[in-house]
Amino acid sequence: MAELLKKDEMKPGAIGEGGTMANLYTGSWRTYRPVLDMEKCIHCLRCWILCPDSAVEISEGKRQETNLQHCKGCGICAAECPVGAIEMKLESEFMREEQ
Amino acid sequence: MAERVALTGNDSAAYALKQINPDVMAVYPITPQTELMHKFAAYVADGEVVTELVRVESEHSAMSAVVGASVAGARAATATSANGLALMWEVLYIAASCRCPVVACVVNRALSGPINIHCDHSDTMGARDSGWLQLYCENCQEVYDNTIQAVRIAEHPDVRLPVMVCFDGFILSHTLEALEVNDDETVRRFIGQFERPDNLLDVAHAQTFGMFALQNYYYEFKKQQVDAMANAPAVIQQIGDEYAELTGRSYGLLDAYRCDDADVILLGLGSTMGTVKQAADDLGEQEGLKCGVLKIRSFRPFPAEQILQAIAGAQIVGVMDRAVSFGLGGPLFHEVRSARYGHQDGPMLDFIYGLGGRDLGLDDAKGIFRSLADASESGRYEPTTRYVGVRE
Repeated sequence: MAELLKKDEMKPGAIGEGGTMANLYTGSWRTYRPVLDMEKCIHCLRCWILCPDSAVEISEGKRQETNLQHCKGCGICAAECPVGAIEMKLESEFMREEQ
Repeated sequence: MAERVALTGNDSAAYALKQINPDVMAVYPITPQTELMHKFAAYVADGEVVTELVRVESEHSAMSAVVGASVAGARAATATSANGLALMWEVLYIAASCRCPVVACVVNRALSGPINIHCDHSDTMGARDSGWLQLYCENCQEVYDNTIQAVRIAEHPDVRLPVMVCFDGFILSHTLEALEVNDDETVRRFIGQFERPDNLLDVAHAQTFGMFALQNYYYEFKKQQVDAMANAPAVIQQIGDEYAELTGRSYGLLDAYRCDDADVILLGLGSTMGTVKQAADDLGEQEGLKCGVLKIRSFRPFPAEQILQAIAGAQIVGVMDRAVSFGLGGPLFHEVRSARYGHQDGPMLDFIYGLGGRDLGLDDAKGIFRSLADASESGRYEPTTRYVGVRE
């Protein structure tokens, strides 16, 4: 672990470098996980626009898997998907599967 | 050229703010502050300032808008009273911890309940641990002068903390007094430009403002605030001296009146100190009582060292509190007594007065001095806390 800064090495006012949220694992807050059916997806990218955590990843205009490091399971993507390609499933089901 | 004018306390603050010409003012009405913002809004409407006036839906939003503007590099200010300040509470701490050097004029009014619109200090006394500096005013001249100096004190690189300019509701806010105002150019030069080192709108160097800081960092940020507050007394004095050179009116951390050879000294805050000074004059001339008055201008930072120096020669010290900490007594009294511990002995009495705007007249002030002199002579100091003018 990196050495912690001392008081006078820190910028006053709790100001830090930008974009640090990308490095944090906040996916553990999730109760429901969005599961995407790629067969149904029409790549309209509505979910990408609406996701409040920028957890929807795209590549060359195509929908990729959801980034579970940041997805908190709010379900906006599933509610807004025009073709019903996203289903919200309880995390506990995956835990059972993984076990 | 300085000019002599007649203004109310609210208009004095509004006039100072007009000359400061802040980038952003967030406004929400509450008695007795409302007229201050009415007046300032008229300056905006008349094009006398460039300020962006943000009309918000609550005081919580007013303080939030001020914090947002400040981290974006704006010189920002607001004003409120009593329950409005209480609604700002959460964001007061954020303004201080984000090191936003903003100014808030607080027109002192009793906190509900029972609901009341008149003066006491329960509103600002409750905010004394929020990390803001607090300057208290005796008259409309001080309202004007303190508002201008507050900008410089807040923005000083050794401080960078928000400042409250506190003045008594109705007693000052709605009372017309003669005062001297500086010309616009003098004020502009005195306050200079505000340069924020870290700016939210500097997108080329994006940073996180109002960061999360847990067990491993929160404590260090708080100690930085402690250190900044410790730097504040010297800065308040230095800016007061500079202002004195400019205007002839001198300001420090406190104002000692007839204290040098006084046997009895009364400490306190705000407009009441004017009445108490008159009482000290009268008793000195008519009854030969040597009375002194110590008016505390800066309650935060608390000028313990300077208070001890000023009261060192007194036989007895009284403290006037226009607020009460239930289960303890007067907040100012307890801080002064704590400052003396281990350095200075001598009896002290606490006088709670004026809650909810209950008037304190010249005779009441003389009565307080006499009761101090009596206690000193008889050696009987009980009760320590006395409630002036309450019916019981």
